[in-house]
Amino acid sequence: MKLTLRVWRQQNAEAPGAMVTYEVDGISRDMSFLEMLDTLNEELILGGDEPVAFDHDCREGICGACSLVINGDAHGPERTTTCQLHMRSFQDGDTIDVEPWRASAFPVVKDLVVDRSAFDRIIQSGGYISAPTGTAPDAHATPVPKPDADFAFEHAECIGCGACVAACPNGSAMLFTSAKVNHLNVLPQGAPERETRVLDMVATMDEEGFGGCTLTGECATACPKGIPLPSIAAMNKEWLRATRKVRR
Amino acid sequence: MSDYTNYRTGEPVVDSKAPEGPVADRWDTRRFQAKLVNPANRRKHTVIVVGTGLAGGSAGATLAEQGYHVVQFCFQDSPRRAHSVAAQGGINAAKNYRNDGDSVHRLFYDTVKGGDFRARESNVHRLAEISVEIIDQCVAQGVPFAREYGGLLDNRSFGGVQVSRTFYARGQTGQQLLLGAYQALSRQIAAGNVELHARTEMLDLIVVDGRARGIVARDLVTGRIDTYFADAVVLASGGYGNVFYLSTNAMNSNATAVWRAHRRGAYFANPCFTQIHPTCIPRTGDHQSKLTLMSESLRNDGRIWVPKAKGDQRPAGEIPEDERDYYLERIYPAFGNLVPRDIASRAAKNVCDEGRGVGPGGQGVYLDFAEAIQRMGRAAVEEKYGNLFDMYAQITAENPYETPMRIYPAVHYTMGGLWVDYDLQTTVPGLFAIGEANFSDHGANRLGASALMQGLADGYFVLPSTINDYLARHPHSEEIDDRHPAVAEAVAETEDRLHLLLAVDGDRTPDSFHREIGALMWEFCGMARTEEGLREALHRIPRIREEFWRRVKVPGTGEQLNQALEKANRVVDYLELAELMCLDALHRAESCGGHFREESQTPDGEAARRDEEFSYVAAWEFGATGDAPVLHKEDLVFEYVHPTQRSYA
Amino acid sequence: MTRTLWDSSVGKKTIMAVSGLVMLGYLVVHMLGNLKIFFGSDEFNHYAHWLRTLGEPFLHYEWALWIVRVVLVAAVVLHAVSAYQLSRRDLRARPTAYVHKRARASYATRTMRYGGLILALFIVWHILDLTTGTVHPGGFQPGHPYQNVLDTFSTWYGNVVYIVAVLALGLHVQHGFWSAAQTLGVGNATRDRVLKALANVLAVVLTAGFVSVPVAVMTGVVS
Repeated sequence: MKLTLRVWRQQNAEAPGAMVTYEVDGISRDMSFLEMLDTLNEELILGGDEPVAFDHDCREGICGACSLVINGDAHGPERTTTCQLHMRSFQDGDTIDVEPWRASAFPVVKDLVVDRSAFDRIIQSGGYISAPTGTAPDAHATPVPKPDADFAFEHAECIGCGACVAACPNGSAMLFTSAKVNHLNVLPQGAPERETRVLDMVATMDEEGFGGCTLTGECATACPKGIPLPSIAAMNKEWLRATRKVRR
Repeated sequence: MSDYTNYRTGEPVVDSKAPEGPVADRWDTRRFQAKLVNPANRRKHTVIVVGTGLAGGSAGATLAEQGYHVVQFCFQDSPRRAHSVAAQGGINAAKNYRNDGDSVHRLFYDTVKGGDFRARESNVHRLAEISVEIIDQCVAQGVPFAREYGGLLDNRSFGGVQVSRTFYARGQTGQQLLLGAYQALSRQIAAGNVELHARTEMLDLIVVDGRARGIVARDLVTGRIDTYFADAVVLASGGYGNVFYLSTNAMNSNATAVWRAHRRGAYFANPCFTQIHPTCIPRTGDHQSKLTLMSESLRNDGRIWVPKAKGDQRPAGEIPEDERDYYLERIYPAFGNLVPRDIASRAAKNVCDEGRGVGPGGQGVYLDFAEAIQRMGRAAVEEKYGNLFDMYAQITAENPYETPMRIYPAVHYTMGGLWVDYDLQTTVPGLFAIGEANFSDHGANRLGASALMQGLADGYFVLPSTINDYLARHPHSEEIDDRHPAVAEAVAETEDRLHLLLAVDGDRTPDSFHREIGALMWEFCGMARTEEGLREALHRIPRIREEFWRRVKVPGTGEQLNQALEKANRVVDYLELAELMCLDALHRAESCGGHFREESQTPDGEAARRDEEFSYVAAWEFGATGDAPVLHKEDLVFEYVHPTQRSYA
Repeated sequence: MTRTLWDSSVGKKTIMAVSGLVMLGYLVVHMLGNLKIFFGSDEFNHYAHWLRTLGEPFLHYEWALWIVRVVLVAAVVLHAVSAYQLSRRDLRARPTAYVHKRARASYATRTMRYGGLILALFIVWHILDLTTGTVHPGGFQPGHPYQNVLDTFSTWYGNVVYIVAVLALGLHVQHGFWSAAQTLGVGNATRDRVLKALANVLAVVLTAGFVSVPVAVMTGVVS
């Protein structure tokens, strides 16, 4: 396959960026999208140019590092992570636009690399259960009804890639935040911090400069792990409940 | 060629920390003997933790909970992305919730035997004891393990054992456990007890007056080289499987932290013990950048086979039942498809070498779920393995519900690592190594679902107990700063290395060298090794290294995000570590676990150990690049599980 | 709790949802009242007069109407101020557009802001036209709403403005109702289809009900 790539190049956070056009040839349909970029980068290096910087690590769809907007879609045309997107999803001769996640809470670091530490700070503000090592009772002390366990798992699957924010026209982190809130709040172990968790995490989300939710549903469509849109409603419910109950 | 193979055997290395007495009491004894640090004094101690995977994340969180000041590093943009996240299958624990005869002693026994009698009994027993507490801890943190309709935890069985002791969270157990540790760490970051440096990579260890006192690290965004000082340094930087270029490791997993520590005096133990995982998705071409594992749990219900006839090109569905060879079930009737990983991998290699492999290049065997789908129904298979099947379909564009998966072995885990004593301290005082970065618990082969167990055991429970002893014995560290000669030297060496990499301006990419060394290692130090091949590899490696320093090309500068520079610097270390791995493999003229020397096999092709000569840990002391290292042996004593030829038949 | 509501993006959405539902409830009643026009001028005018005497003798003349007006103004102001502030936050959160554009979300979802703006302007005109009579075409006659309505819909611009606004209203309600349910935490996976259907029904019924009046005037069904 022969392709034309238009890639966002930006030297660093302060520098202006622009789309730069590259031609790549000899691309196999079995290649992953990132392997195609590897091919481009090898050529760039040999030509003395700086390779295109992009985040990637596990390349099996679970670490959440990869983060490219491909032809306007976060993670590209398939519902998966960028690393699991294969070139068979494209046609010979295609022109492909590759851009970084866009949100003011995710500033560009270089080229296609963005800073997602705002997500870490949301988790730090309450996305945990306080269970210091050594304090745990036997694992079977508190059975968890299977539907609750499944609900928790469904939301715990979030990989923190940020596709939800990238896809949202408002740069909102509601789906990310709700995934963690719902995972922990449904479990009996998470009950003692149920109210403070949701209030603090939503407050941090706002402070970090993410937009509000207008329920466009773009986030859930882009989510490679299928975190469902109603998860936002579930968090809203938790939040309203918490505003009524919390003892500050 | 240098005299690299002309190594010297030095003084034996002794684990001075493991207590005497009955194996079941040793951990209690050690914990009681270890000195403690007064809670009020803990905040005066700084501990550096490198890595935020299961071991590092859990250690950082726990040390901070205890009151220590923790400075933690990860090269990823977030601690949540450490490669533990990719572990699929599960975590073992001797809970005996199934009442199927499991016990701490059985887990201990299975692990020592599964490791082909090359692990320490004391360590393995401790691991088995702690396994129980890990599950409790993780459930308390909200890890959503699979549950049954009664609300209790579900279990499944894994390779090399005959009980169901594996706890799992669909095919994302590593992810869920890691998020548990990450969340505990996040809580401590918010509390100000952990100072986290993300996108920061350790490039050297600072040793002052014989003690580990800090690290040299590079901020990957600004390129700044900084020094960080502490009273103790903990390496939780993972394994070195990426020496092979193609492995199931993450693209950025690397050996730099452990290798730099080794160069600063930490012995490297059993470097040739690498695990080749039997169930990975076969490669499709030269462009391949990494290999993807299919969880071993698939072997619970999937059946492995190849055609009986050589070169059978028919699609799987057209090969009738009686022309299929379910070779694991045939050769090992007792364990069948659930034999340990080293055995399953070698068997796959053997049938492919016979010309009976399937798929492109004949480098694959079938993992077939047709029978399971018929027996359990498609829905049940989906519930159990759905995400793995999806992953397979995504990568191969084949539907595993209809056609059998094709799998082939790939490098997955490294049992070798920095030598540590019972306290997980390396030969450099104050330097600790935990998780895959150390060598201690798996011997020559790791059983499935044991890596998560070991990482969390080390991080949550072992290190936080043993490091107290070291800190209590060194209550007042001398103040040091960048002007200290040892610090200045470490910084200068690091800066020089990076400058040199940028200055070569050759005509080959860092990746091309990585691919070259990887292919060489896979050929000569992979699933089957021979003296001749290893000598060939040892002959070639210094030449590749020499060429690397002459021809590598790294564009850009060091004062910016420069992924090519990061990569090149990691390849520098692979090119040295590879040599030690080959030497270790050459010197160990026996087969054991993942280390298979063709010269040492039983008449029916199984690994033949030579206990009288090789029942020891090989701990290597660094000489200089290209110079022969010094071998220090730690004799292994088996008081409880007596070495026998492993039998899974 | 008030501060929490006002300071949080989720809280402000809650305020929008509640104020939106208040207005929606009013609109349903308003639309049903409008339909009385089909029963002739006496009944329609009588109905309009009755609105002023509602609640008597407990309430004074027109008090009920004023209470409704105050509540509505409060709802409009809260809704609009929240919307304005949230929109500013949203635009700030995503200052750079993607170079590669593609259609996103449904039409109703994307046009909430513009729809809201159209409706705000319409409300001003609507009040000046039929409540105060300031911009009413022809002579505005207090107490004779039937004739006033006929006057308005006898002009081409009266019809255009009204119908455009009502169509905007339909779209706004279609996304807004479902969205409010999500914000108030009523939505979940199983209820989603019911809520979406309800939103569609509300949107269609409101639009049809309101549009029927100018159409009836134009076609001479009401004269």
